[in-house]
Amino acid sequence: MNLLFIAWRNFRYRALSSFLTTLSLMLGVGLVVMVMAIYGIISEAFVRNASVGYNLVVGPRGSALQLTLNSVYYLSQPIENLPYTEYMEFFPQEERAEMVRTYGGDPALGQRDGHYAGYVAGGYAIPLALGDYFGDFRVVGTTPEFFEKLRHGPDVDQPFSFRHGRAFEAYTPENQYFECVVGSRVAAQSGLHVGDTMNPTHGDPEGKGHGQGFQVVGELAPTGTPNDRAVFVNLEGFYLLEGHAKPLEEDAVIEPPERDPDDERPPLLMIPEREVTSILVRNGNLMFAPGMQNRINESGQAQAAAPIGEINKLMSAIVGPLLSALLVITLITCIVAAFGVLVSIYNSMNDRRRDIAVMRALGARRSSVTWIILFESLIIAVVGGAAGWFLAHAAIFSAGSFIEQQTGVQVGLFTVTQYEWLILPFVILLSLVAGIVPAMAAYRTDVGSNLSA
Amino acid sequence: MLNIVDLVKKFQQPGGGELTVLNVPRFQMADAEQVALIGESGGGKTTLLHLIAGMLSATSGSVCVDNLELTKLSEQGRDRFRAATIGYVFQTFNLLPAFTALENVKLGMTFGRGGVDADRAMNLLDRVGLADRAHYRPKQLSVGQQQRVAIARALAGQPKLLLADEPTANVDPASADSVLDLIINSCQQDSIALLMVTHSMDVADRFSRIDRLEDINRIAALHHNSAS
Repeated sequence: MNLLFIAWRNFRYRALSSFLTTLSLMLGVGLVVMVMAIYGIISEAFVRNASVGYNLVVGPRGSALQLTLNSVYYLSQPIENLPYTEYMEFFPQEERAEMVRTYGGDPALGQRDGHYAGYVAGGYAIPLALGDYFGDFRVVGTTPEFFEKLRHGPDVDQPFSFRHGRAFEAYTPENQYFECVVGSRVAAQSGLHVGDTMNPTHGDPEGKGHGQGFQVVGELAPTGTPNDRAVFVNLEGFYLLEGHAKPLEEDAVIEPPERDPDDERPPLLMIPEREVTSILVRNGNLMFAPGMQNRINESGQAQAAAPIGEINKLMSAIVGPLLSALLVITLITCIVAAFGVLVSIYNSMNDRRRDIAVMRALGARRSSVTWIILFESLIIAVVGGAAGWFLAHAAIFSAGSFIEQQTGVQVGLFTVTQYEWLILPFVILLSLVAGIVPAMAAYRTDVGSNLSA
Repeated sequence: MLNIVDLVKKFQQPGGGELTVLNVPRFQMADAEQVALIGESGGGKTTLLHLIAGMLSATSGSVCVDNLELTKLSEQGRDRFRAATIGYVFQTFNLLPAFTALENVKLGMTFGRGGVDADRAMNLLDRVGLADRAHYRPKQLSVGQQQRVAIARALAGQPKLLLADEPTANVDPASADSVLDLIINSCQQDSIALLMVTHSMDVADRFSRIDRLEDINRIAALHHNSAS
């Protein structure tokens, strides 16, 4: 029969007291683990959502964080719009000339390479036009390239897949420019499905409804990114909605588009009438990204932001400190619980002085009875710590499907965050420290007086 | 086995000063000898047992048990000596309530050098007639049964000297005889020296050697004389 067994027997003998002390420690540890897990999930979700294939977001000058929030997360309000010519700066001369021929605009635009075309080299630039809503969901005007080029998933290698239907096309005879694709959460919450018509509202969720609707042709499978809660419409159709054309300036130089007289397609907006809210850019060679970012930021008209950098700033400036504060509070809970261990064992010392004296009379050394008390504290720490850890993980695991649906982060029963493994040693150390006071009382227990009592 | 010379024990008094409770010029016991020490309550009987067991340190004098001078041992040394040499039966049994009868007996072996021998612990319980109560907790046992477990525990460490402090004072008369028989016979059987303190002449009459505390303790003699 070793000292640990004796401590275990004492732990079990004072069942109610031991249970309550262990429970308080369990709840403390559980809270710490949950906060750490939530911290991990939020961090991963933010970083994952910020890494969807592109490395820069280009938009009007202003807050880089706001640009990231509205273009990557579809949160916050768009800052302003950029002229379409800014988008054209990402393309070489031939493509720019083709845009002028197709949409109509200043022929000079098609006579040179875009300022940033060399930096893109093999990558892509995808325009976004924001400002309309479907219910509380953002309507995002973009091109079919959005679904072809962007990737998601832990390794940013999964293309978009469709639960139903397909991506919208640039033009179809049946729907013309008015096709749209709905994110998985939009489909689940709004009931919009393939074949339905989506009518966006202008400016805000309560804004005036556009008379023109978009035919739903695809429903995205869940991606765990903000794209799940957006409706994607064809940019050309978006431009054709009422109030979306930028008024032409009087001195605008415009060469009309080259149109086949038999072309039945409705005319598109001309380049001076077009605006984009932001541009998602992927450099063919990531080495070019810093140079391009500097050049855009020095241009005076636009700014380029690295989403992951902005999100890391947000995490370290706001979310991180908030979660750190929460973590400190929960750690204090743990310390209070450990103090409860001290109080509980110390209070029981009056009842067990005689037991300690008897053990001393049987030959136990002072160090032995001291260790028995410390072991009892250790048992409370291990049982409470392990139970708290398991409880927290069970709670997180039971909410796993909800978490995955909301954030795209998969959590297993034994998914451990970065510093979580430190908790149990910390709690054990804390409890041993808490056990020192009653252990010293055990050490000082006088045999003679307690046996004679 | 036991040789006490000029043993003095004083206690500090709360108001200052010292109170001498024991002054034993000489007290001896042979190996396997059985001695009843009778005296009035408060005469220092328990203090004497605690000094012999090394649970208290003497103010002055010499306590030699099994050729080991206790007054020269450190506290840890006295702990080791107690675990190896002394068996102790308390007036109030002092079984640990968190442990079963068998575990209480094992506790008597835990702190000694020999380690825990589960078979021997069970045999001891069998010897005191409680093998079928091995897994009972103290509160599930009668008073007499609890004292039997306490005796088995005292014998568990294979002591050379068994100290019994009024072991029958808290048991009913019927059980008292059997408890007494058990202690005396066990000590005879295992050649263990036995020093039993009691205030009962009925108990003391079972021993071939009876010492009066007043005869060996000068302090007790003073109290006895002043009282009479």
